[in-house]
Amino acid sequence: MKEADLMLKHPLAKYLRQERMPHIWCEGCGNGILLNSFLEGLDELKQNLDRIVVVSGIGCIGRAAGYINVDSFHTTHGRAIPFATGVKLANPNLKVVVISGDGDLFAIGGNHFIHAARRNVDIKVICANNFNYGMTGGQYGPTTPLGSWTTTTPYGNIEHPFNLVHLAAASGAVYVARWTTLQVRRLKNSIKKALQKEGFSLVEVISPCPEIFDRYNKLGTAVDVMKWFKLISQVKHGYDPAKAEVAKNKIIVGEFVDIEKPSYGRLLREMTANVQDKLKGEK
Amino acid sequence: MTTIKQNTLALNGDEAVALAVKQSDVDVVAAYPITPQTIIVEKFSEYIADGEVETEFVCTESEHSALSACLTASATGARTFTASASAGLALMHEILYVTSGCRAPIVMAIANRALSAPINIHCDHSDSMAERDSGWIQIYVENSQEAYDSIIQAFRIAEHPDVLLPVMVCLDAFFLSHTLENVKTLPNEAVQEFIGDRQIPLVLGHEGEKVPFKLDPKNPITIGPLALYDYYFEHKRQQEEAMREALRIIRQVHNEFAETSGRKYGNGLIETYHLEDAEIATVCVGSTAGTIKTVVDQLREQGVKAGILRLRTLRPLPFSDIKKALEGVKALAVMDRSNSFGGHGGPVFHEIRHVLYGTHSTPFVVNYIFGLGGRDMPQNAILGIYRDLQAILKTERVVEDVRFAGVRE
Repeated sequence: MKEADLMLKHPLAKYLRQERMPHIWCEGCGNGILLNSFLEGLDELKQNLDRIVVVSGIGCIGRAAGYINVDSFHTTHGRAIPFATGVKLANPNLKVVVISGDGDLFAIGGNHFIHAARRNVDIKVICANNFNYGMTGGQYGPTTPLGSWTTTTPYGNIEHPFNLVHLAAASGAVYVARWTTLQVRRLKNSIKKALQKEGFSLVEVISPCPEIFDRYNKLGTAVDVMKWFKLISQVKHGYDPAKAEVAKNKIIVGEFVDIEKPSYGRLLREMTANVQDKLKGEK
Repeated sequence: MTTIKQNTLALNGDEAVALAVKQSDVDVVAAYPITPQTIIVEKFSEYIADGEVETEFVCTESEHSALSACLTASATGARTFTASASAGLALMHEILYVTSGCRAPIVMAIANRALSAPINIHCDHSDSMAERDSGWIQIYVENSQEAYDSIIQAFRIAEHPDVLLPVMVCLDAFFLSHTLENVKTLPNEAVQEFIGDRQIPLVLGHEGEKVPFKLDPKNPITIGPLALYDYYFEHKRQQEEAMREALRIIRQVHNEFAETSGRKYGNGLIETYHLEDAEIATVCVGSTAGTIKTVVDQLREQGVKAGILRLRTLRPLPFSDIKKALEGVKALAVMDRSNSFGGHGGPVFHEIRHVLYGTHSTPFVVNYIFGLGGRDMPQNAILGIYRDLQAILKTERVVEDVRFAGVRE
């Protein structure tokens, strides 16, 4: 046997572009768990990969678009959602997934997020939230908790952070869930659910950033952060997203929104069909 | 010449910029993180947190907002700074024009980085070259020392009542932004004395009275309102006039800074090296000039009459200085670290050939597009360009005038 035959193959290897490995993510980073959960979800749903499109923005998790072996687009900073909207409208048969970070989706791309949710565009947003701009070296952003240390808040952050699940719910998303990278099974199930639902969905993934944010804030190793997640996570399905806190002593996780509402694409197609019928009648 | 004691520090280009901004007594900094500019803002955040400056700092939600915040801060009379690169600068595009149109003397450092796609974080000039018509003064530096010196000069230039234009100081990504260098730094007092307070010129108010040109509740004026075919054109004509004035003021400020610091970069607009009797020469902007000078030294040792013109100020274009400096050159290679796709050559090439048109003895001119996306431009590649120029002189003809150096084809 050749040496290569003896090597263990990752069970999800067929979903990854092997030539792009090794990935750039730091040891202990939550991005691998997020990506793994997404791929497992795809695998269990036996999705036709030709129908899956992954769009990502800028940031560490943005590399996911290049790693996954499906049609994908790595966009400019903040623009993953408008790119995804275009893909979905052009070809409604595709399942369009945005995998991006908190800085990309909620700072520079924040406006796109709220309006895509408001329109109920049928795209699935999986957000890796590590509380800072990790790739550019750890600056504070829209999710940085009050008092946290970043390279641009050397004596603690004084800006109030977004509650992402509250923002998504208030903007009109039909499915909203939050998990930490500890609750992998539930995270995978939420991703599967989002993939099967019609409409705008957000799955927030609270993710360790051991080399940057966690280290600056003395949260310990990646394992320590996982232990912390275990200690403070409270699963509360159907909880009021406005009260679903992410705090030092408490992270409320669970499914917060799961409603039915026609998507923008459906309404658009119905309206177009109606108008065309009318025009035919007039002829 | 100067007798001020200067402190030599090991700084990378970004840190040199941050230190210069700190010493320049800036009131407001608004920025958004983008590689490779981040160190500037991080370092500056430390200065603020440590109480070393009294600057208001905000990390906005995008570059578009960052420059918008700077614009309005500047309109109140505040001294204002920001920094960006690549896609960040591109996102500022709309506000760049508003800034120069409102005559807001903001200073911005650009860590020159390639534009997407494909995504690339390394050096080329495609970001700032795309903004050369935005009404901003553009200074390109060769090393971190010059980055430090140029930021200090930039506030004086921008705020000069005859200019009142925003200034970009462009430094090459990573080659300068992240590379440690010995930088001579002036004491805080010397920098503050050199820059002084921001001067606010008087303008005619709404009732014909003279009021300071800033947003001030005591003397209310409106900045940036609608001007259609009745007055828009006059505003734009004045911006052109300000650019022409800037040619004079850049030189003047540069000379005054030389008195304080003992450092000069040519005449402040262009810098020449062995160009006086050169037969073959290159023109370039940015850090590549340093490598080219080394190659010119080697060629001079071999008796080759080689030289270089480094363009320090691209906007305003020092038209007559370039024309005069290139008199006598027989074959010229213009180096572009960006391309104007379909434009028959890069932007610097367009500018230089434009200057040379109608001169008595126009040299042979070729363009080399090089170093896109951070590709290295080593000495032997530059030597190859000078050898090409020698061949052109020998054969007295240019076979291909737009060439690409160091690319797989």
